[in-house]
Amino acid sequence: MKPIPSSFPRPAIAVTLAGGLAVLSACGGGTAPAPAPVNFAQQLAPLTIDAPNPDPRVGLSAGLFDAGQALWNMRLVSTTPPQQEFVGKTNSDLAFTGSYAIQGNYDGVQVWDISNTDAPRSVITYVCPASQSDVSVYGNLMFVSGEGMTGRLDCGSEGIREAVSQERLRGIRIFDITDIRNPRYLANVQTCRGSHTHTVVEDPNDDENVYIYVSGSAPVRPAEELPGCSSLLPTEDPNSALFRIEVIRVPLAAPQEAAIVSSPRIFEGLTAPESHGLAPEDLRLVEEARARGAFVVDLGGQPQVLPNRFVSQMLDSMVVARGGSGAPTAADSSALRAYLPAWAEAVMGGADGREEMGPTQCHDITVYPAIGLAGGACEGYGLLLDIRDVANPRRLAAVADVNFSYWHSATFSNDGSSVVFTDEWGGGGGPKCRATDPMEWGANAIFSIVDGELDFKSYYKMPAAQTSAENCVAHNGSLIPIPGRDIMVQAWYQGGVSIYDFTDPANPVEIAFHDRGPIDANRMGMGGSWSVYWYNGLIVSSEIARGLDIFELVPSEALSQNEIDAAKSVVMTELNSQGQPIFEWPTTFALARAYVDQLERNRGLPASRVAAVRAALTGAEAASGSARRTGLEALGRELDADAARSADGDRVRALAEAVRGLAAG
Amino acid sequence: MRFPVPSRLPTAILTIVLAACAGGNTGVPPAAGPSTGAVRQENTRESLAALEALYRARADSATMDVHEADVRFMTGMIGHHAQALVMSNMAPENGASDEIRVLTARILNAQTDEIAVMQGWLRDRGRPVPEVESSGTVVRGHDMHAHDAHAPDMRMSGMLSPEQLEALRAATGPDFDRLFLTYMIQHHRGAVTMVHELFATDGAAQDDLVFKLASDIQVDQTTEVARMERMLETMR
Repeated sequence: MKPIPSSFPRPAIAVTLAGGLAVLSACGGGTAPAPAPVNFAQQLAPLTIDAPNPDPRVGLSAGLFDAGQALWNMRLVSTTPPQQEFVGKTNSDLAFTGSYAIQGNYDGVQVWDISNTDAPRSVITYVCPASQSDVSVYGNLMFVSGEGMTGRLDCGSEGIREAVSQERLRGIRIFDITDIRNPRYLANVQTCRGSHTHTVVEDPNDDENVYIYVSGSAPVRPAEELPGCSSLLPTEDPNSALFRIEVIRVPLAAPQEAAIVSSPRIFEGLTAPESHGLAPEDLRLVEEARARGAFVVDLGGQPQVLPNRFVSQMLDSMVVARGGSGAPTAADSSALRAYLPAWAEAVMGGADGREEMGPTQCHDITVYPAIGLAGGACEGYGLLLDIRDVANPRRLAAVADVNFSYWHSATFSNDGSSVVFTDEWGGGGGPKCRATDPMEWGANAIFSIVDGELDFKSYYKMPAAQTSAENCVAHNGSLIPIPGRDIMVQAWYQGGVSIYDFTDPANPVEIAFHDRGPIDANRMGMGGSWSVYWYNGLIVSSEIARGLDIFELVPSEALSQNEIDAAKSVVMTELNSQGQPIFEWPTTFALARAYVDQLERNRGLPASRVAAVRAALTGAEAASGSARRTGLEALGRELDADAARSADGDRVRALAEAVRGLAAG
Repeated sequence: MRFPVPSRLPTAILTIVLAACAGGNTGVPPAAGPSTGAVRQENTRESLAALEALYRARADSATMDVHEADVRFMTGMIGHHAQALVMSNMAPENGASDEIRVLTARILNAQTDEIAVMQGWLRDRGRPVPEVESSGTVVRGHDMHAHDAHAPDMRMSGMLSPEQLEALRAATGPDFDRLFLTYMIQHHRGAVTMVHELFATDGAAQDDLVFKLASDIQVDQTTEVARMERMLETMR
């Protein structure tokens, strides 16, 4: 949470406080102790937590089903190994519908009934090979991605030996899961690059269709296999399958008629520089250097401190240019300062005049229809897209990053004010979390979204060093609906599961984790968490080799039981994490208490007020009828007064709102 | 996180249903359909041992069905990657810029790891494994001679000629930066061509690991080519 400087004029406080007192005495009722003069903190406390030291994730023993494990602030409820058919086959992404978790596998789809979290039951193991089997649900429809060369239209397991074949499926398979025990294979939509991942998108203005954005990253198929596919540059062939995504429209009344409706070239004219804006810490260093008298030049909108050696070379050449000799003088220095802007323009101007086509495809697109935005992770770029016209997404902003190899996926904060992009450096098969791997590589980059632009704030990488036998890099995750905070649970392959708070996007803090030792101590065996999502109070992880893990949160100094209870009050009937749902919280005592806990933790309310508010809530919960209503209404008015004095007034107002909701409830 | 709640939207697009009032149950709604016929999973020590045995058996059998095109690709790509290591290792001594050093550090890291993956794949299948020194020099295993005729050489797509390598070795400072980018773009494009050739071969890339590695090489190096082209443009 960002510290909000509070600067109230004194008289205003006095007036507000007096108003608050008057209200208190008017309603009485004994729900709050007699008010004493209280001091409100002017600065909020940043989130801190004592992480276990040494990190128990380092040095875990190896094993397929018996590896050593480390857990912090979460509990492993159950681990369910794969069904026989999928043992040794790669588990991939997850989707949820009702009490079912649907787990993709390179050889098909596994449906689990997770209503008994201690012992999920296999509902069906549907064998239909085609990597990566990225899976989504929409009502009674299930969509499965096929990209590998072995995917067959008939779901056979024998693969396809021919480089060109009419038997091959690369694209989207569509199933009817009205009876989830018997998925009915309805149709395919073949695409030129296959489907590495896909994203189901609902159009708020169209209830007859649902849309699918297809991202493919394998080479383009030959035209002999799928007519019209071309891997030429768009300048040579306007129908090139490169530099675009595919949009499939699925008519809900006739899903078998699903077809590609557009192939938007959302990358055209992409010329973002190879870096994001500077982090606050970097900016501070630049300002310090400027204060020391260093030469700072603006390059492409970003301040850069010129290296000393470079400056002395430039100064020497200025001496030569004026026909002098010897050491540069103060006059040379000021002449250089005056000349730098023109020099910078000449340097940066060199990049002009070449039409950029940008990336050839996206890896993944996360849509957030509630705010009309999507985050595209597209090769060397992170894109912000406007998807209000669902069939024709439009690029708003793009960022590139010198530390980012390959933009993989995106997750928005619930209010859309920030976005987390991941870098799946090495494609997920590499051990990118060794002590020697930089913390900025294979990490997340967190951005604020300001007026449709992406503003870089920080990197986050699962911090525990892993062995070279563990594939590890940033991968899929979701938000946990903790009200008033931005908290994400994320998979890091064999780096395990990491939960972190990015409410202050410049200062992400890890608050919980789970990890296992490598599958094999002596060699790389593909494993770990492919994806992990919050779904109705559970944290469900697809373990590539070990099956399905279910976790629950355990309260800690960084997360209270009330906050966890408030998160559990958000109930979903369906979840595809790449189609991000918006969270709204029912008005509960847990919600109010979650806000109180947060205001205690960040010192947004003084201890005496926290105690008084808690007592009032306890009193109201025990009461009923008009006594409860009157007590809560009085508390709401007190909180209005508190809000004006608190450095976290917005949170106090959210609490007041929840309290009034309870009063009305 | 900002507090003003996002504006309300048509409920049709929301997949969230709010519970009327919930207080801390596990939150999983009752089963949407009958769960009869479901298989109860028992995690006994015996059942896990049996699954692990199956896992090992499948891992072994995956190494039996090997296509020669995949072997050629994996063997050749080790040599191809090794030359990228040789080129990247020159950066510190040849006075490369910080930007180029970041790039070379990433290439060294990425391609060293991929070489290890390809070596492991060949080793598991009992094929000759080209060994690569940290400098990037390829040392062929002693049973590689029989394969020399088909082994990778300078005719592999994108490989630098000895003259090009010498020119790069002799360049310093900004000249090295420009030449490095020019040659590495050529080199990466060659790797992408090798992937395309693999995919155009009957029977190739049916192996999950080969498909994944080849696809990743294709997409990573295409991305890096675009990045290097932008870097080269800004140097002109």
